[in-house]
Amino acid sequence: MTGADVLVIGGGLHGCSAALHLALKGVAVTLVEKDYVGRHASGVNAGGVRRLGRALPEIPLSVASMELWRRIEELTDDDCGFESHGQIKIAESEEDLAKCRARRAAVMEAGFAHEEIIGQDELRALAPAVSDHCVGGLISRGDGAALPFRTVQAFRNKAARLGTRIIEGVAVRGVARSGGIWTATLADGRRLQAPVVVNSAGAWADRFAAAVGEPVPLEAVAPMLMITERRAPFLTPVVGAMSRTLSFKQFPNGTTLIGGGYLGRADPDRNVAAVDVRALAENARTVRDLFPVMRDAQIVRAWAGIEARTPDGLPVIGPSATEPGLLHSFGYSLHGFQLGPIVGSLLAELIVHGRTNLPIEPFSIARFAAGRPA
Amino acid sequence: MIELGQVAHLDASYDLVVIGAGPAGLACAAQASAGGARTLLVDENAAPGGQIYRSVGATPLRARRDILGADYWTGEELASSFAASGAAYLAGATVWQVSPEREIGLSKDGSARLIDARHVVMATGALERPFPIPGWTQPGVMTAGAAQILLKTAGATATGRVVLAGSGPLLWLIAAQSLAAGRSFSAILDTTPKANWTAALAHLPSFLASPYLAKGLKLLRRVRREIAVVSGVTALEAEGDGRLERVRYVAGGETRTIGADHLFLHQGVTPNVNMASAAGCELVWDDLQLCWRPKADAWGRTSVPGIAVAGDGAGIAGAEAAALRGSLAALDALDALGLLPGDEKTRRAAPLRKTLARYDRGRGFLDALYRPAKSFRTADGDTIACRCEEVTGGQIRAAVADLHVAGPNQLKSFLRCGMGPCQGRLCGLTVSETIADARGVSPADVGYYRLRSPVKPITLAEIATLDQTEADVKAVARG
Amino acid sequence: MFQRLPDIRGDALSFTIDGKAAQARAGETVASALLLAGVETCRTTPVSGAPRAPYCLMGVCFECLVTIDGRGNQQGCLVTVQDGMRVETQIGRGKRELGR
Repeated sequence: MTGADVLVIGGGLHGCSAALHLALKGVAVTLVEKDYVGRHASGVNAGGVRRLGRALPEIPLSVASMELWRRIEELTDDDCGFESHGQIKIAESEEDLAKCRARRAAVMEAGFAHEEIIGQDELRALAPAVSDHCVGGLISRGDGAALPFRTVQAFRNKAARLGTRIIEGVAVRGVARSGGIWTATLADGRRLQAPVVVNSAGAWADRFAAAVGEPVPLEAVAPMLMITERRAPFLTPVVGAMSRTLSFKQFPNGTTLIGGGYLGRADPDRNVAAVDVRALAENARTVRDLFPVMRDAQIVRAWAGIEARTPDGLPVIGPSATEPGLLHSFGYSLHGFQLGPIVGSLLAELIVHGRTNLPIEPFSIARFAAGRPA
Repeated sequence: MIELGQVAHLDASYDLVVIGAGPAGLACAAQASAGGARTLLVDENAAPGGQIYRSVGATPLRARRDILGADYWTGEELASSFAASGAAYLAGATVWQVSPEREIGLSKDGSARLIDARHVVMATGALERPFPIPGWTQPGVMTAGAAQILLKTAGATATGRVVLAGSGPLLWLIAAQSLAAGRSFSAILDTTPKANWTAALAHLPSFLASPYLAKGLKLLRRVRREIAVVSGVTALEAEGDGRLERVRYVAGGETRTIGADHLFLHQGVTPNVNMASAAGCELVWDDLQLCWRPKADAWGRTSVPGIAVAGDGAGIAGAEAAALRGSLAALDALDALGLLPGDEKTRRAAPLRKTLARYDRGRGFLDALYRPAKSFRTADGDTIACRCEEVTGGQIRAAVADLHVAGPNQLKSFLRCGMGPCQGRLCGLTVSETIADARGVSPADVGYYRLRSPVKPITLAEIATLDQTEADVKAVARG
Repeated sequence: MFQRLPDIRGDALSFTIDGKAAQARAGETVASALLLAGVETCRTTPVSGAPRAPYCLMGVCFECLVTIDGRGNQQGCLVTVQDGMRVETQIGRGKRELGR
């Protein structure tokens, strides 16, 4: 049996970020990942580094996380492919523009000013290939995108360089606490001990939560992405739309990435996610409508990764409500990538200093406790 | 056979959809249709035959039957049996999806369609094994199979100084066919490792009893009489400045260079597994044939219910065996569809299996003898592994060493390896084997590219119109 | 160079390669027709600009990508050449791009 100060279950971005920030504070961490680091949602999402359009309770974390993204190379020794060319939600009608204005007002009310309205001229200047019917939009200029798998791997490698023990290809079968110490049993029979456990097991995290008596209504979903052949450069910001689900961007190499949260079929028991092309049809129509130049672009790949979604669409972040020495970080509901750096950091603060200045109450697992409305 | 001109003419569902019109697919579709299954055969090429019998009904060499040899023309019978069947046939179409639920996505002439199948037989045939040598991406270098396709489909051959390099039965067949067409080669550079003979000898007795021996010896004699053959070639390089000019090679420890206008490369064929893999069929690493193949039983049934593989796509066994395996898959499909009484399937399969066993006998010898050297299967230094994204062997090895990249899927994020238009078809084996080599493990531990639909590129507009009703499409057309 | 054998017959047809007239025989693929017309390099790569020619002729390698009747990135080896077809090579980075 081997020990560590903290055992992290799950090697997605959140697990790796927690491990890195703990290692930076000199904590001995063991991270266990059942596949390889970044195998599912963390490695195959659209890579959006976005504050734009976030649920209001997430904005303080998202804004703080953006500060870490701006110095991501300092943090991980890798640029993670992060580029900041802004994120725009396109307005296709006057109604959409009204929604933009209402949203901006709500964000301002909450004390933040990163979301701004742009008119048709500025939209066309930023995205020259946009369809004529688009009238403006909402922009967050400092937002951008990074390369997801590369990012996870960078966090993993830096954590490993700082002494984190990383076990890949072995699942944690179960955890139990006795005498103030957690014992995790691995699929290969090994047992690991640590006083603190971080549950960042993504779509599998509910199993660990349920085992300690705090079930969470987590749904495993499989958001899909498509990637096209190279096109001449025509777009630098990441774009979405006010009234449709979309995440669309062009890489510097000319390929474009189309996402937006259309769901394939997730099968967490078999560890597979399947693409559903019918569901991608609407995604393709949105891009075709907003960027007619994409009409004959060839889709060369599509894929799906398994991700966990909560009923209220907010993640579960923070201490367990039933067990001491257990912290949760999961249920990011298709938008956890940008939050990776800051949540790892605040978990490390919670573990080492017992507190964080960031407002994490809205993400407490206690909101799912029996008798409380979800 | 009922030839369909466009995807709009397809039924919404079929009892059996056969993918690929080579020997396995033709035999399977003809037999299943005769057995009462509503059958569709879909193929990428314009005419039946696959690659081995490519253009067998349409080749301009019809007046010169001697050139391609008797084996080629046996394809005529398969094609005509299929033509006489009641199966539907969609040629020149791309199948870009087969889901585990057997929903099939296909396109032809820019229109896409989704149809359902109760049973699927993938007869996707073989690919030539990648042959990553320095300079192999230059114009002037192509696969020997490509040269053969030019001969079959256009009656054309290369002129000037032509070098044929590599290993395997097809290499000698192609050489013999060129000679019959009146075109010779400057040299054949045989890369068969000499040590392979030792391993092959163990399989000699069964090979002697197989149908391959007589054919093989005849071919070899003819070719060796007329073309200079350099044996024991251990290194190859295509040199030139923007186009092939010379071939440099090492044989017997000596380096030599010959001028060349064309270099044709070949080192055997491997199963085309992309579609099966994307459908969720489990793949296994075959260490004798050095390739991935779908895990399948004696009927070709894969790990996904209702999806079978037949022919070389299920494991390399040659054209004759492919047709037999296609027939076996047809029997199994008919049985599964409830169209065969009692144990009719087993009864009818028995003579097929007997013939199949004869062809299987010689295979071990050929596999052992023509097992390509690792140095020709993996990429190193500046040699390109992924042609689409121009990723070198050296970059792959560095990613393994420096970035802890453990397999081909992780590699994509760093090097875009396998993410170009060929979707990893060509480089898949090279990349798996190169990573395995760098890590000092088996390709079985490294795995293969995880593939998902679309397994062939499809336009955004094609996907966008997929689940629309006819009324929607008309509305768009009017708008 | 590639040449048809002397006794090969077939219906001749005309098409264009980058606007110049060329001949082919019915049933040939676009990739074969290019090679037989002496056009070997059909594209340059988007990564380094290196010249590429058809490599496998069986739909696997995607080296023979050309623009056919205005549609870019078509696999020349899978398309049968037609009378009057307009084939454009994809030589020069950024040639086959936006707006096509």
